[in-house]
Amino acid sequence: MEGGLVLLGGGSGGNGGGGGSSGVSTTESAVLSKVEVVSEACSYPAETELELGLGLSLGSSGGSTGKTKAANSSWGECGRILTAKDFPSVVSQRTNNGGPSSVAVSGTKRAAESVSHDSGSPTGVSQVVGWPPIRAYRMNSLVNQAKAQRGDEGDSGIGEKDKPKDALKKKLNYNGKQTSSATVNEKGYLGFVKVNMDGIPIGRKVDLNAHSSYESLAQALEDMFLRSANSLEKEPLTMASKLLDGSSEFVLTYEDKEGDWMLVGDVPWRMFVRSVRRLRIMRTSEANGLAPRFNESNDRQRSKPI
Amino acid sequence: MQKKRAYSFPDEVLEHVFSFIQSGKDRNAVSMVCKSWYEIERWCRRKVFIGNCYAVSPKMVIKRFPEVRSIELKGKPHFADFNLVPDGWGGYVLPWIVEMAGAYPWLEEIRLKRMVVTDESLELIAKSFKNFKVLVLFSCEGFSTDGLAAIAAGCKNLRELDLRESEVDDLSGHWLTHFPETCTSLVSLNISCLGSDEVSFSALERLVGRCPNLRSLRLNRAVSLDKIANILCLAPQLVDFGTGNYTTELQPDVLSNLTAAFSSCKELKSLSGFWDVVPAYLPALYPVCSRLTSLNLSYATIHSPEIIKLVSHCPSLQRLLVLDYIEDSGLEALASSCKDLQELRVFPSDPFGVEPNVSLTEKGLVSVSLGCPKLQSVLYFCRQMTNAALVTIAQNCPNFTRFRLCIIEPKTADYLTREPLDVGFGAIVEHCKDLRRLSLSGLLTDRVFEYIGTYAKKLEMLSVAFAGDSDLGLHHVLSGCESLRKLEIRDCPFGDKAILANAAKLETMRSLWMSSCTVSFGACKLLGQKMHRLNVEVIDETEPPCSRPESCPVDKLYVYRSISGPRSDMPPFVWTMDEEGTILH
Repeated sequence: MEGGLVLLGGGSGGNGGGGGSSGVSTTESAVLSKVEVVSEACSYPAETELELGLGLSLGSSGGSTGKTKAANSSWGECGRILTAKDFPSVVSQRTNNGGPSSVAVSGTKRAAESVSHDSGSPTGVSQVVGWPPIRAYRMNSLVNQAKAQRGDEGDSGIGEKDKPKDALKKKLNYNGKQTSSATVNEKGYLGFVKVNMDGIPIGRKVDLNAHSSYESLAQALEDMFLRSANSLEKEPLTMASKLLDGSSEFVLTYEDKEGDWMLVGDVPWRMFVRSVRRLRIMRTSEANGLAPRFNESNDRQRSKPI
Repeated sequence: MQKKRAYSFPDEVLEHVFSFIQSGKDRNAVSMVCKSWYEIERWCRRKVFIGNCYAVSPKMVIKRFPEVRSIELKGKPHFADFNLVPDGWGGYVLPWIVEMAGAYPWLEEIRLKRMVVTDESLELIAKSFKNFKVLVLFSCEGFSTDGLAAIAAGCKNLRELDLRESEVDDLSGHWLTHFPETCTSLVSLNISCLGSDEVSFSALERLVGRCPNLRSLRLNRAVSLDKIANILCLAPQLVDFGTGNYTTELQPDVLSNLTAAFSSCKELKSLSGFWDVVPAYLPALYPVCSRLTSLNLSYATIHSPEIIKLVSHCPSLQRLLVLDYIEDSGLEALASSCKDLQELRVFPSDPFGVEPNVSLTEKGLVSVSLGCPKLQSVLYFCRQMTNAALVTIAQNCPNFTRFRLCIIEPKTADYLTREPLDVGFGAIVEHCKDLRRLSLSGLLTDRVFEYIGTYAKKLEMLSVAFAGDSDLGLHHVLSGCESLRKLEIRDCPFGDKAILANAAKLETMRSLWMSSCTVSFGACKLLGQKMHRLNVEVIDETEPPCSRPESCPVDKLYVYRSISGPRSDMPPFVWTMDEEGTILH
């Protein structure tokens, strides 16, 4: 009994910390205690099944299909008593805004996640994380080569400014269409950039390909850092903080190709994606003097996705 | 105490005999013969391979093998290569270095794969091991050129520094100047992963010039073509060379200088690099082509006609890595020129394009399978496939040891018959009795797993994505594949039943990775509770798994056998299910 409580207690403690969910916590604990009871009930049939095995597997191989089926269907039944539908507030708290409305099944939620954090519907292979299975090292090379071929911003740093035009012409003559190169550059293969947040030792990586606006990027970063910061019990941060409009204790900045640190949100999204090298969530106090429009009310530029 | 033995060899004799046994597997077998052999063997083991750094603790290794000179460690699971393992998951090498610094002062070699290596670790290595010779960082991250400077300066007898495909924070190219003038011992230097920023070229030249035993040199992209001729003239004894950029401003002498430089390299067998190739300079390679056994053109954006021209000069080629620009026509030419070909890897030039940008289909692979009888290892990215082609390939190449096919669009059926590709892959496992590694793709039902479980008895590593219908598929694999060591699965409808029914199997394997499948949190807890020698890690970056009902599927599951229990360096988004049913964090 106690073991089960510890488990769930720990869980809800962590959730309680997650900003803005304080209103939900009473419902949560009521619901979670329901889960606890149910899981206790469920574990017994499974336990008996396990004992029957020869200790070689959790459900012996011989006539096991029947047994394990039985065990699992009772397991499944217990699971059916409480589905995510029973506590939509918990799940929707976690789903990002603009996520799919069907909040119920984790499978869908995960499908949405695997598609992208919040941007709309999947449009083929490019939206699935880690597919096709090409190593980041190789992807980076592809990006740089595509950029070099398009003579984009001359940023390949190899001093081949004259070459790209020829290379590009060759490509055009060869397959008569430019669309593939254009797609490359707009989507930007190099989706993953490093993000560090002041006060948190572990850096993360965020996939820029999965976002089409500053807002969705900021939301993803807030989810990534502000929630995990809470579970580490560091400085209490509120979920209401907005990284983009300067109203929070932190501000989102990026290092561009020239090595300068800029405030995120000043340039059109696509331009940002092409020039960003890495991100840093900086303390507002340190960010003074970063960009002239800091703390200005010129919100139109920043909040409007392009 | 004099033990009574059936033979009367003194320990020294046995030690001497054992010294001829190099392979780890054989050594392990030797150590299990009897207690005295275990003792003798452990004192004379010099080389240790640890396939999962969390399977055992440094202290345990040191306790058993006190005289190790060479260690190899692997950290993150393979799917980390494709960004499926979140940053910060683990794989830190520092604890190992710290322990070894005290216990193995004579350590000579460290080889790491997919581990997080910090500058602190590198500095510690440079300080602690007086006779340090070999550092290989394969696909590692977390360090900068400052750490490399420490290695260069501190390791007086450094023979090998190989940073292949690692992510290095390139702070300055000047780290190369930290190699002292007295360093002449380099045999292998691979800096191809370093960024496009300048590397101190003059330091590089001087280093190359004073190392007469240098056999392998792989430059990074910052080095342009006009500089290569100089380097090659300084090191004509090179066996393996990686160019930087294969491009430069058009100049009259470059081609002739380059050709002369390559001609002077009589031992050159392996070439790589070739970023940004200007085809006009490829003929410079002709003098070495006839001896080439390995050619990596996978970064070269040259097209089929140029590739064909180059490859047809290389009759001894055993290994080719190339982009799909080679096309079916190029592969046909390859099949007729390179009869010794053993390994082929074809990478996509435009993996996210919706329409194919090149004419590379299943036909290319079929031609190679037909023309190259020694073909053993294939990695092939394409956009279409048929069962018939796979059956033909399987029949042509019964010697495959590694077959990895990636049809770019998930769940793509046989484009002629619209059927799943079960029969095709089934033919591969049936005919290729020595198959050790297999990666599946395309539309696949549970049937393909039945074939795999039935035939793939030597299979050690299986990668599955977007395949199967039910737990039965996974059950076939876990119950049938006797040699299975590593299984990685993503986005498949595999859940609790197969895992729980085959829990004991998991202890015979190195690891199991499942992400975006349907394994419930409850099953993970049960597995962790019952199987004490498995670490069952649930990874979820969005929310703790215990905040949802236990029937909910976990996001990512990584199960691996371990004799050192749950690790203590888990980040907030990883939970280990332990024996008491509590979740460790």
